[in-house]
Amino acid sequence: MRTIGYIIQKEFKQIFRNKGMLPIIFILPIIQLVVLSNAATYEVNNIKFAYIDADHTSTSRTLIEKFDASSFFDVLAVYPSDKQATSAMLSGEVDVVLEIPNHFERNLLKEKSATLGVRINAIDGSAAGVKGGYINEIVHGFNREVRLKYMDASQRDIKPAIISGIPSFWYNTSLDYKTFMVPGILVLLVTMISLFLSGMNIVREKEIGTLEQLNVTPISKSQFIIGKLFPFWVIGLGLLTIGLILAKIIFNTPMLGSMFLLYVYTSIYILLILGMGLFISNYTDTQQQAMFIAWFFVVIFILMSGLFTPIESMPKWAQIFTEFNPIKYFVEVVRMLLLKGSGWADILPQLLKTFAYAVVMNALAVWSYKKVN
Amino acid sequence: MKAENVIEVNGLTKAFGDFKAVNAISFEVKKGEIFGFLGANGAGKTTAIKMLIGISRPTSGEAQVVGYDVFTHPESIKKNIGYMSQRFALYDDLTVNENITFFGGIYGLSRLKIREKRKQLIEELGLEDIANKLVGSLPLGWKQKLSFSVSLFHDPKIVFLDEPTGGVDPITRRQFWEMIYKAADRGTTIFVTTHYMDEAEYCDRVSIMVDGRIEALDTPKKLKQQFEVDSMNDVFLKLARNIE
Amino acid sequence: MKRFIGFIQKEFYHIFRDKRSLFILFGMPIAQIMLFGFAITNEINNVDIAILDHSKDATTEEIINKISRSKYFSIKQMITRESEIEPTFQKGKIKAVLNFEKDFGKNLIVEESAKIQIITDATDPNTANAITNYINAILQNYQQSINKDIQLDYQIIPETRMVYNAELKSVFMFVPGVMTIILMLVSAMMTSISITREKELGTMEILLVSPLKPFQVIIGKVVPYIFLSIINAAVIVLLSIFIFKMPVEGSLFLLGAESVLFIITSLALGILISTIANTQQSAMMISLMGLMLPVILLSGFIFPISSMPVPLQIISNIIPAKWFIVIIKGIMLKGVGLPYIWKETLILIGMTVFFIVLSIKKYKIRLE
Repeated sequence: MRTIGYIIQKEFKQIFRNKGMLPIIFILPIIQLVVLSNAATYEVNNIKFAYIDADHTSTSRTLIEKFDASSFFDVLAVYPSDKQATSAMLSGEVDVVLEIPNHFERNLLKEKSATLGVRINAIDGSAAGVKGGYINEIVHGFNREVRLKYMDASQRDIKPAIISGIPSFWYNTSLDYKTFMVPGILVLLVTMISLFLSGMNIVREKEIGTLEQLNVTPISKSQFIIGKLFPFWVIGLGLLTIGLILAKIIFNTPMLGSMFLLYVYTSIYILLILGMGLFISNYTDTQQQAMFIAWFFVVIFILMSGLFTPIESMPKWAQIFTEFNPIKYFVEVVRMLLLKGSGWADILPQLLKTFAYAVVMNALAVWSYKKVN
Repeated sequence: MKAENVIEVNGLTKAFGDFKAVNAISFEVKKGEIFGFLGANGAGKTTAIKMLIGISRPTSGEAQVVGYDVFTHPESIKKNIGYMSQRFALYDDLTVNENITFFGGIYGLSRLKIREKRKQLIEELGLEDIANKLVGSLPLGWKQKLSFSVSLFHDPKIVFLDEPTGGVDPITRRQFWEMIYKAADRGTTIFVTTHYMDEAEYCDRVSIMVDGRIEALDTPKKLKQQFEVDSMNDVFLKLARNIE
Repeated sequence: MKRFIGFIQKEFYHIFRDKRSLFILFGMPIAQIMLFGFAITNEINNVDIAILDHSKDATTEEIINKISRSKYFSIKQMITRESEIEPTFQKGKIKAVLNFEKDFGKNLIVEESAKIQIITDATDPNTANAITNYINAILQNYQQSINKDIQLDYQIIPETRMVYNAELKSVFMFVPGVMTIILMLVSAMMTSISITREKELGTMEILLVSPLKPFQVIIGKVVPYIFLSIINAAVIVLLSIFIFKMPVEGSLFLLGAESVLFIITSLALGILISTIANTQQSAMMISLMGLMLPVILLSGFIFPISSMPVPLQIISNIIPAKWFIVIIKGIMLKGVGLPYIWKETLILIGMTVFFIVLSIKKYKIRLE
């Protein structure tokens, strides 16, 4: 027991004496959490909008005004011809072009029907869909006004049946993406720091030769490993704490559920991650290799964690794969606990799976650490 | 194992595939002696030492160190030996005091004992001024002496030194060997590998490894007589030429 | 010159002998592209929803059937009371509850108006929005079908064309991003590690004492990674074209040239990092922790830059990845040539020069 204490002491001293690494471990993640969370949004606004008005009537001008008045669209230019509009889209100056054809007003009033040309830069497919939706909304609204203006009284009585779908957004009434992303980003940062630090630490001792020296001492495998990993476990939880405090103060992230539960879960989670780091470092000879391998898995796990894109949207085989992705569970738990106030029973599946995973991973790590070659 | 022996080795072999780095070596080391384990670079010395200190599993043969079998009880061996690696492996980012305390603690010494012995050690080596400096800032000679002292800190029965004087100036080398003598006088067995043949003169007995085998094993005086030369260096050269 | 070639040879040997790193270097991009192409998407499908039907008449049944036939939704639960909604959401599987008001069918006929509450778990606002929009679309569709006898006059019909990506494939959005990220991270990280490793091992001093000039040393270290990254880029592009059917509307040559430019920019960044970092560990941590998240979040790869708060939009301008993504999307999806992307190209060149100049300055300071 005391032996473990000596190792822990040494590790802490080394970590805090490493002036170059301290900012990277603490300050960098904090800055990222605070700054980058503001970047995360799928909202679509400031849409770069241009139009071609071949009609030049009061109707067409009113329609354009509607777009001008909308907070979603930035009316940037009017183009005299299709050629210039196309060029502007190619260069990225505009993303949406509305073409009001010649005789638009005349067709609408005489033929009772007129078309509009709409071109949307669809490289970002989902954003394009949203933009299309906004355009339709504005056009339909304009359409209703036109109808009311020109329809005679008898027609006005013919009312279609209307089914209203009334949205109600729970847990995040303002659809604030930050509420969604901040806990997720925090998860990411805690994971990355824990994994990279633990993965590189043992390899470094291998590289400088002190690992061999330790292997000649009577210290046991488990004493060594526990002593080495404990400081990183503490740092991981410390980061979580700082992150949560900042999330509350700066982003006013809701924290509806039990914080105690969150810490219990995170403690187990960090153990899992540290086990992975240890396992990786047992099979690599240089810090570079360890870092690469850790990075390889981290990026894949992050992208498949449901943090940026929903897991439910992935094909079945991918969803099965995510069962082995520890980050997925952490993201789920953090969101459920913080944003919905879920309880023990709700997160039990994730808790159990993470626990099992942690046990297996650490067992593997301990087994693969050989004091004797 | 005979009572006066600290190490007994019989036909010890380490093979990597077809290549035998250590090829059936046999020897004994008596308590309290300074045993020089010599050989050219690549002769197999480090591989052999790694087996004796319990971090490398032998392929075949037998070996017992401080009464324990290297195959079955490597961990028990470790409690009773000290080791100084080629790289003087101390933590550069810990101070002299912290390094000593750390290794003392790993070997299970009580806090009180550590404090006592540490004070003693610092005084003996004259390290008072730099006791709180990071080891990384010390010149090589100091690191070497410190590393040796740390390996003896827990009063092991035998200490293994792997090329302990590499890269160090002649005066420091002399001082170092004086430290070795002192330790031997106190009853610690010294097992030292080196490729400096002049250091062989300082040992009680030496063995010379060539290509994985022990080709000579005796006191320096007798070896010089046997090969009809005046220095251990010449013994080695003659040996190497004879093999060819 | 011969010395220089010899030096570059040595660098190549280093790299190719480290099998594990090599595996990651090439395996990683391939794995990521596959993942992105097949698994990662913003679109929703098979979302689990629940129904709270206070009416249970023929109309609600029709609507519910329509929804269940949609590929976007999977009706997993029928609940009977409002109080069940919260616990259902808390369990985490159900993302939306459709609440049909009482006497739905009757209201539709008599009042000509009936309401459905679309209650979504908006912890993921994106999904919540998408669900709401899709449900509304289905409702609109149904509404039109029951109103089809009513002819409406004064119809304005928008004819919408989705350009550059008619099928709204999310692959088109992600592949350029993934390519950029991999090239940037690998190049920057590898270079910074390679240089700091020599510093740590002490062999850097040997190199500096040799007849090789400092800039030759740096260039020599970087050249092998240029080749490796080019191979990587080529593999990614080929995979995108053949497996994901991504078009290359523009010139392949231009694509190649711009890629090489971006690789050099990233390598220059790596060199700069190596002048700041003293140990391999710091170099790696700076490259990964310092670059990864900003690049993913601020480059326009996943989140549209135009929607970010203004200060962040400004910051995103200093990230080389952002400009390269614009270039790739332009060449591959829009088919533009240099005249349209000269500005971005110039910016990348400028950044490269800036990184290199700064690195040289820092090196000179250290040597003194």
